[in-house]
Amino acid sequence: MTGALSWIRGLPGLAALAAGLMGLALLFSFFIAPEDADQGISQRIFYIHVPIALTAYFCFGLGAWKALLLLWRGDERYDLESYVAIHQGTIFGSLTLITGAIWAKASWGVWWTWDSNQLVLFLTLFLFYCAYFMLRFSLPEGPRRARSSAVYALFGVALIPVSFLAIRLAEDFIHPTTFTRDGPQMTGTMFTAFCVSWAAVTLLAYVLYRVELAGKRLHTDLRELREVLE
Amino acid sequence: MISVRNLEKRYGRSRVLAGIDFELPRDGFLLVTGANGSGKTTLLRVLTGLVAPTRGTVEVEVDRGRLGFLAHEPLVYRELTALENLDLFGRLYRVPERRERIGMLLERFGLWEARSVRVAAYSRGMGQRLALCRALLHDPELLVLDEPYASLDEQGGALLDRELEELAGTRTLVVSTHDPARVERLATQRLALA
Amino acid sequence: MTYLADVAALTRKDLRVELRAQDTLPAMLLFVLSTLVVFHFALPEGTGDDAAYGLLWVAIVFTALLGLARAWVPEQEHAVFDGLVLAPCDRSAIWVGKTLATLAFLLAAQVVALPAFALFFAPLDAAALAGVLLADIGICAVGSLLAAMAAAGRARELLLPLLVLPLSIPLIVGGVGAAISPEPVRYLLLLALYDGIFAVLSWASFEYVVTES
Repeated sequence: MTGALSWIRGLPGLAALAAGLMGLALLFSFFIAPEDADQGISQRIFYIHVPIALTAYFCFGLGAWKALLLLWRGDERYDLESYVAIHQGTIFGSLTLITGAIWAKASWGVWWTWDSNQLVLFLTLFLFYCAYFMLRFSLPEGPRRARSSAVYALFGVALIPVSFLAIRLAEDFIHPTTFTRDGPQMTGTMFTAFCVSWAAVTLLAYVLYRVELAGKRLHTDLRELREVLE
Repeated sequence: MISVRNLEKRYGRSRVLAGIDFELPRDGFLLVTGANGSGKTTLLRVLTGLVAPTRGTVEVEVDRGRLGFLAHEPLVYRELTALENLDLFGRLYRVPERRERIGMLLERFGLWEARSVRVAAYSRGMGQRLALCRALLHDPELLVLDEPYASLDEQGGALLDRELEELAGTRTLVVSTHDPARVERLATQRLALA
Repeated sequence: MTYLADVAALTRKDLRVELRAQDTLPAMLLFVLSTLVVFHFALPEGTGDDAAYGLLWVAIVFTALLGLARAWVPEQEHAVFDGLVLAPCDRSAIWVGKTLATLAFLLAAQVVALPAFALFFAPLDAAALAGVLLADIGICAVGSLLAAMAAAGRARELLLPLLVLPLSIPLIVGGVGAAISPEPVRYLLLLALYDGIFAVLSWASFEYVVTES
């Protein structure tokens, strides 16, 4: 087990950087960026909500990539990496739903609206990935579980564009579009705030991914050590 | 033909196989013995490729189409007749002169009269004989038989004895059994699992 | 081509098994008809046709789930699945055979259910029927694979609907849209896209789901 702790190296530094960057992002979002003329203070949540949403997509994408590597190369280490990425994706996904609901409540007075494509898409994906965990927990540990999880993760990524298209089409007959939400026209400072926020949230997600992965690897290695000694 | 090095298989926390090492040359006959739960079935399933080892290497120099497997379960469809089952597997295994071969095997194992009866109506002994027909259908180079004598009555056992005598020396065989005395003299190697 | 011959043999086997056992198709038929009757009482007076089409699609998805839950049962008895996996044929042929058979059962149930729906609730035009056919293909393709995944674990009856329902959302949108929209072609194209993507994915990944090495 040489280099067992190699995946922890550099992590404290990264974590500190992520924390710092998040602080900076919050500063930008709530103090430095100018207030939006139409929506007022509630618009600020955009700086948090959209990066979180993008990061969730990124995590699911990472999970699918690791899944593809598992199926392609057959190395079981990718199974844990895929699982942790999807786990993080689900966490950020639920945060997307929560921040989206907060924004909806602040902007339009409702906690949920079916008119928001973003939210409906996320709800679909959220349900999909919750089922991922149900699948994983119902299968015994081993190659079957790793492979089935990987295939399911790939299906998730394929579902994203198809669902998006479907929801766009569904607008026509499910609800008349009464609320529109174009991305705000961003001035220079707003754009900077957005970018800082995006970088911060992405780094945060990456750090959390590495931390969870390290924890799970440690747990697995410890268990293997225990078994060898038995 | 088969080369196994340092084979280990775990299911979660329990270790079913550990430190298995052996080589089986072509036309050898490996007899695998051990008590219930000692991992005989797992080992045989690993050899067929149905189960991946947790650690170690398993090299089997024969591809799927030349491998015959007899499992604990008969691996035949309940709702189909013996003929329909063997016809299906005959097609999937690309058996040449399928009908003749099926007829020959059914006769050999005393199932010709019951060929159009659904497997659901078979006794365990008949099911086991059909499973043997299925395993032998495509004239495999490597035969992996998991407790082939289980559920067979005296007549069935005698048929199997005859079959194994003919196959030993011209095919590679791996047979696991509770009752080693029956096939001991045919075996070229033994592996006892703890 | 031996691949097609394998698929034909496997599909024939599934149809034959169902013909003898007769447990899946009658159940699906009864289920879908009972559901339609329940819908009559569930829909309040004066609801438009659109609501009825929506409920039709709920009925279709759940009927399909019923069929899919039983799809691999013949292979689980006597562990025949191992026998199929060990055969030298391409494992994806097993998936194709099973998908075609499940599709056949679903269509058979719908041959009765759709006229009944048209009689009791609202008419179904060519676009709506095309939508049903395309969605059937999608749900059977994806469902066969997911059912094989679920079959390896515990609580498989609970798990299968959880796995299938999120994936069936685009299908429901497509199907309902084809039935009620004045421009059904867009929805039919969505269904065709879904079928294309997910059928190929399922076909390619079946091998990985049912083998370990």
